[in-house]
Amino acid sequence: MKNTATEVVPAEGGLGNDPLLAVDNLHVEFATRAGLVKAVNGVSYTLNAGETLAVLGESGSGKSVTAQAIMGILDMPPARIPLGEVRFRGTDLLKLKEEARTQIRGQRIAMIFQDALSALNPVFTVGWQIGEMFRVHRGMSRRDAETKAVELMDRVRIPAAKQRVNDYPHQFSGGMRQRIMIAMSIALDPEVLIADEPTTALDVTVQAQIMELLAELQRESNMGLILITHDLGVVADVADKIAVMYGGRIVENAPVHDIYRTPGHPYTKGLLESIPRVDQKGQELYAIKGLPPNLLDMPSGCSFHPRCPYRQDNCVTDVPELYEINPTRNSACHYWREVLDGTDG
Amino acid sequence: MGRYIIRRLIQAIPVLLGSTFLIYLTVFALPGDPIASLAGEKRTDPTVVAILREQYHLNDPFFLQYWYYIKGVFVGDFGTTFAKVEVSDLIAGKFQVTINLAMTALILEAIIGVGLGLWAALRRGQAIDSAILASTLILISVPTLVTGFVLQLLLGVQLKTSTGFDFFPVAGVYDGWRSYLVPGFVLAGVSIAYLTRLTRTSLAETLRADFVRTAVAKGLPRRRVVGRHALRNALIPLVTYLGADLGTLMGGAVITESIFNIPGIGQELFRSVYERQQPVVVGIVTLLVLVYILANLFVDLLYAVLDPRIRYE
Repeated sequence: MKNTATEVVPAEGGLGNDPLLAVDNLHVEFATRAGLVKAVNGVSYTLNAGETLAVLGESGSGKSVTAQAIMGILDMPPARIPLGEVRFRGTDLLKLKEEARTQIRGQRIAMIFQDALSALNPVFTVGWQIGEMFRVHRGMSRRDAETKAVELMDRVRIPAAKQRVNDYPHQFSGGMRQRIMIAMSIALDPEVLIADEPTTALDVTVQAQIMELLAELQRESNMGLILITHDLGVVADVADKIAVMYGGRIVENAPVHDIYRTPGHPYTKGLLESIPRVDQKGQELYAIKGLPPNLLDMPSGCSFHPRCPYRQDNCVTDVPELYEINPTRNSACHYWREVLDGTDG
Repeated sequence: MGRYIIRRLIQAIPVLLGSTFLIYLTVFALPGDPIASLAGEKRTDPTVVAILREQYHLNDPFFLQYWYYIKGVFVGDFGTTFAKVEVSDLIAGKFQVTINLAMTALILEAIIGVGLGLWAALRRGQAIDSAILASTLILISVPTLVTGFVLQLLLGVQLKTSTGFDFFPVAGVYDGWRSYLVPGFVLAGVSIAYLTRLTRTSLAETLRADFVRTAVAKGLPRRRVVGRHALRNALIPLVTYLGADLGTLMGGAVITESIFNIPGIGQELFRSVYERQQPVVVGIVTLLVLVYILANLFVDLLYAVLDPRIRYE
């Protein structure tokens, strides 16, 4: 069984010029009682080793669903992937057998979740849960796995790791729990780490520490990091490039500094303007008008058009393609030039 | 932990006192004369009746009667029946029989209920799930009296006469542990149905939990995800139900023991109520209350073992 699995699992090194991970035209839909929910509608992005990609978007934009499709942890059904590829070192994961997929999941592509308290099993000690990676995947003994768990807890800087290895998740603070989650995810040196809003449930001061830890671990191991977030503040320091999602599509992708300097899509622009700033104290806070799109009943044309200050007639009818602004940037807006110039439509 | 246990046991004392009082009062309030029912249809010499009434304090006011009884209990004297049998001796032998029956029922309940519940939860929405749910509904709606007599007829009489297969004795306790199988199943019937449903819901809910998603994301085989990560959490409410159910089962034994002619405390309780044997009724019921209290204490302690978030100080 194990041999057939390793045959199809992509080799370390990879083939030629393939990126570490490439999501290509991915579609995910959910069959619900109310109808077909199209959560992801043709998302593409790539990630190279040592690179950090921030996927930015509000709730329901499809950012987490995309990540779960990469991991292969969507419940299917109700979820369905009618179209698209997830290539890991050139191999399409979606075509792999479950057996082979399990070999990659957790070992080569790992994931950490938003709320570590509910994401950790309440009835097992943290040492047991971290050590499980070594016991199940590496066949280590209970004692060796626990030693490894202590090492990892040290590495994510949990104080007194040796004494705390047999504590339960509820005995740790929120920040420490997320560190344990991180320790568990990096246990087997994955090549890709997906962090799904890893700091959303934490205090601001702790958020910074966790982001620092992730950045440091990434530098040490040269893994690719996908950082899913809705917090623009978190992104600026650590990300290399950003993909902004709206209504299940990527509306803009660009190197991080370009986006902050000159957003190329009205939605990105709105997001940046809605960050409260000290020099605007006393003024009304900016908010993007309207509501996120209803995934059961998507607006025609560009799904952002009902909320867009740049809207023209063709926005209501024509779905914008992902226009190339320059070789490193794309924007899915018919009027990206006007947006870049900053002239309001 | 030790202090917690002691506190719980101290709390049990007023509960036990209260229950003896209530039972004593209830039997006292029953119409009819115990001495007369002792004599049956025969005419009895009035002087004998008067002596017996005096001996059993039947002429004293209620509170005085209760006082005599409870005074005896504290020095280990649970009274005698009207036929001069020590109540403690009477109960002791029969109690073991009922414990055997209740334990058989509890084990059957745990195996069948949890088994079917897990099966249904893992095949949710499929035919087998619906079939299991439907059969639990039937089990809940049919009274114990019906399942008892029907199984007695089918397994004890028809199966034996038509095929000669005689594995299920359906009366008395003459065949060791096998004697308890059918009565145990009948006694557990309704509980099996509830436990099946509880197990199904509990596991189905746990399978949706975040930590199960984490376990999948760790690349663990499905069997381990369900068997270790989900099941360990799903079991917690089931243990509570099972423990509390032991008391229900022992109480429910009154009917089952009558159907299958099992000489346990259920049958004795029935007869004693009929004959207004106050000390016997109070003794048995108090014992049932005690079992109930101890079972619940045991469950609470087990809870702390199963769920590390719970600690008793």
